Amino acid sequence: MTALLAYTIFGLVTGGAYAVVAGGLVLTYSTSKVFNVGHGAIGMVMAFLYWELAENRGLPQWLALLLVVGVGAPLFGLVVERFVMRRLAGAPVGITLVAGVGLLVGLIGVAQVLWPPQARPVRPFLDQLGVHIGQSFVSGHDLVTLACAVLVAGGLYVLLNRTRTGLAMRACVDAPELAALYGTRPARLSALSWAIGSALAALGGILLTPVVQLDYVTMTLLVITAYTAALVGRLRSLPWTFAGALGLGLVQSYAVAYLPSSPFWISFRAAIPALLLFVVLLAMPQSPLRIGGVRGSRGVAVPNALTTGVGAGLFAGVVVVLALLVDSVVAGQLALALVFGIVLLSMVLLTGYGGVVSLGQFTFVGVGAVTVARLGSPSPVTLLIGAGVAAAVGALIALTALRVSGLYLALATLGFAQLMDKLVLQSPIAFGVRGSLQVPKLVESATAQLLLCAAVFVLVGVGVLAVRRGRLGRRMIAVKDSSAACATLGLNVRWIRVWVFSLSAAIAGLAGGLFAQLRETVAASDFQLFNNLPLLLFAVIAGVTSVSGALLGGVLLMLLPVLQSGFPAFAGVAVVLLGVAAAGLAREPNGLVGWGFRAWSWRRA
Amino acid sequence: MSTLRVEGVTVRFGEVTAVGDVSLTVEPGVTGLIGPNGAGKTTLFDVISGLRRPTAGRVLLDGEDITTRGPHQRSRLGVARTFQRLEVFGSLTVWENVVVALESRRRPAKLARELLERVGIAEFAGNQADTVPTGAARLLELARALATDPSLLLLDEPSSGLDRAETDAFGELLRQLSAEGRSVVLVEHDMDLVMGYCDHVHVLNLGRLLVSGTPDVVRAHEGVREAYLG
Repeated sequence: MTALLAYTIFGLVTGGAYAVVAGGLVLTYSTSKVFNVGHGAIGMVMAFLYWELAENRGLPQWLALLLVVGVGAPLFGLVVERFVMRRLAGAPVGITLVAGVGLLVGLIGVAQVLWPPQARPVRPFLDQLGVHIGQSFVSGHDLVTLACAVLVAGGLYVLLNRTRTGLAMRACVDAPELAALYGTRPARLSALSWAIGSALAALGGILLTPVVQLDYVTMTLLVITAYTAALVGRLRSLPWTFAGALGLGLVQSYAVAYLPSSPFWISFRAAIPALLLFVVLLAMPQSPLRIGGVRGSRGVAVPNALTTGVGAGLFAGVVVVLALLVDSVVAGQLALALVFGIVLLSMVLLTGYGGVVSLGQFTFVGVGAVTVARLGSPSPVTLLIGAGVAAAVGALIALTALRVSGLYLALATLGFAQLMDKLVLQSPIAFGVRGSLQVPKLVESATAQLLLCAAVFVLVGVGVLAVRRGRLGRRMIAVKDSSAACATLGLNVRWIRVWVFSLSAAIAGLAGGLFAQLRETVAASDFQLFNNLPLLLFAVIAGVTSVSGALLGGVLLMLLPVLQSGFPAFAGVAVVLLGVAAAGLAREPNGLVGWGFRAWSWRRA
Repeated sequence: MSTLRVEGVTVRFGEVTAVGDVSLTVEPGVTGLIGPNGAGKTTLFDVISGLRRPTAGRVLLDGEDITTRGPHQRSRLGVARTFQRLEVFGSLTVWENVVVALESRRRPAKLARELLERVGIAEFAGNQADTVPTGAARLLELARALATDPSLLLLDEPSSGLDRAETDAFGELLRQLSAEGRSVVLVEHDMDLVMGYCDHVHVLNLGRLLVSGTPDVVRAHEGVREAYLG
C-alpha cells in the first residue's frame, strides 16, 4: 500500500512535467499548424543553459530559472518562429516536419559544442523541504513540479478562454485569413505562441533534469511521451493533453514498480512511451477522406528511358574513373556514400513520390543489416533475404497504421521505429549479448566494394524511375493527390500503400545488408532511433523527389562525420546552413538539386 | 444499364441533418438532381458512391444492397462519379489521369486518347492536370469516370466553367452516353441543360425530396419556385 502510494506520487510528478512540455506543444501546434518535432530539443538546450547559469556560474536557482524560462526560451522561440516557421505556414506536413527535425539536429549539434560531454549534476529545487504522506516522502522538487503543472494548466486555460488574445488565437486555428479581417494579426499570435511554447519546453526540461540525466539525445527524445500526451488531446484539447500526460506518468511509474525485472521486461519498460504513442495513434478515429480542391505537387521532370540510360552510363563512367584514381580509404568512403544514397532512394519512392513521411526508415536498414549478419554467408543471396525481411516488416507497419495519414502516420512510424529499437535492435535478439556481429565481406578490396555499391545504386535508381513511369508510380501519385478519387475509380487505396511501404522497406533493407558487409562489424549502436532524424533531414534538403537528390544526400551524409571530426566548429556552421536550407524548402520543395534542375531548364528555355 | 434505388437515406452531421429520409429511384436515361445550395445533393452523391456512410437508410443497385460496400467495390459494380470541387490528380498529366482509371479496370492505356477526344480536351493531354482551366478539369473528371466504363454515372455540376457552345456539346454527349445504355445522374444549376436534356428530375430542398417527375411536371410545381426564390 505504501509502495503504491509512493509510485503514484512519483508517476503524478513525472506526469506533471510531461504535461508542462505537452501543453507547450499543443499551444504552438494549434496556433501555427506546425508540429514541432524539435520541441524536446528546445527543452534540452534550455536545461543545459540553466545548468550553465545555476551550477557553473553560481547564480541563485530562482534567478537562473527566471532568466531561462522568462527570457532565453521565449526569445529563442521568437527567433525560430520569425526566421523559419513563419515561412512554412501552409506548407505540406513533410516540409514542416523536416523543419522541426532540422531544428532538433541543429540544437543537439550546438549543445555538443557549447557543453562538451561530461557529468553535469543539477541540484533539485527546494531540496531542504519536503513532506511525508504516510510513509512516503515527497521532495520539495516534486512539490515544485506539481505546482508548476497546476499553474501552467490554469494559466493556459485563462489565456485561451478568458482573454481577447486567447480568443483570437483560437480563431486563428480555424481561419487565419478571416481572423485577420477582424483586426487580429496571425503572425503576431503565432510568434506569441512560439514564445510561450518554448518557455514551457524549457520549464519542463529543467523540472525533469534531476530525474533524467542532462544528456543531449535522451532529453530530446523524452518528448516522445509529450507527443503521446498531446495526441491524447488530438493536438487541440489542453485538458485531455494534461490528463494524458498524468496517465502516462502513472503508467510508466507503475511499470517500473510492478513489471518483472528480466532483461526483456527492462527493455520493454523503455519501450512503453513508444508503445503508448503507437496505441494512441491506432485508437484515433479513421482520418476522413478529404474531398475538395485540386492538389498537385511540382516534382522534377521524370527522365524517360533514354535519359535514364545516359545518366546511368555517365554515373558508371565517373565511378569507374574514381575507382581507378582514389586510394582505398576514399573508395571505402565513397562506397558508404552510395549505401546512404540507396537508403535515400527508398525515401524517394515513399516520401518523394508517395507523399508519406517516414521518421523510421533507418529501422529497415537495421533489419536488413541484422538479417545479413545473422545469415553470415558471403553470398549475394543474403542481401536479397535481408531486403525480403525488411519488406515484411514494412508491410506490418503499413497494415497496422492503415487508419491514419499525414502527420499522424509520420508519428506512427516514429513510434514503430522506437519500438523496434528498444525491443529488437537494442536487445540480445538482434545483435547477441555482446551487441555486435561480424559480417563476411562479399568482395575483398575497397575498390571492388565501391564498384559493387555503385552497381546496386544504378540498379535501384533505374528501378525507382521505372516504377515512377509505370503503373504503380502513377497510382502512388494518384493516391497522394486524391485518395477519394482513387477509391471511386475502383483502386484499393490501402493495398497501394502497403505495396509502397514494403517496396521502400525492401530497398532500405538491401542498403542495410550492403552496409553490414561493408563495415564488417555491425553493432546495435549503429541503428539507434536517433539516426532516423538526420536521414530524413538530408533526404529532403538534398532533394527527396529525384534520384540525383538521393545521390547528393548520400554524399552529404557520408561527409557529415568527416567534416565534424576535421573542424570542431563545423557544428555551428552546419546549424546555420540547415536553417537556411529548411527555410529554402518552402520555395523549392525539390531540395538543393531542385535549384540545379531549375537553372538547367532556364538555360534551355 | 443500372437502376439505382435510394431508400430512406439520412445523413446527420452532429445536430445538422444534411439529408433527411430521402427515397428515390434512378432509371436508365438522364436524371437531373436539382435544388438550391445546401439541399444535400453532393452529400447524396457521397452516399451513393460510398465515400460517406448514411446515418440511416439503404442504397440498392439493381436490387442488390450495396450500403456497406466501400467506394472501390462500388466502382467495380459500375458506379462512377465526378466531383463538384475538383479531385483531379494534380501532379499527373491529363493523359496519365485517364490512364490511372483505365489501368484500375485492366483496360488498355491506348483508350485514353480516344476518351480525351470524346470529351474534347485532347489538346491538354500532356499538361500537368493542376494547370488546366476549370472547365477542362471538369471534362477530365468526366473522361476519367468514363474510363471505368460505368453503368451508373454521377456528374456533380459538370458544366460550370463551360461556355454556351461547350454546354450544348456537353448536352449532346449526355444523350450519347444515355444511348450507350448508361444511367446518368446530373447535379446541375444550369436549368436549360437540366430541362433540355433530362428525362426525369428530382428536386431536393433542405435535405428533403420536394418533388420528382418529368421536367414539365417539375417546372409547373409551386414548391420548386418557392424553394429557389423564397
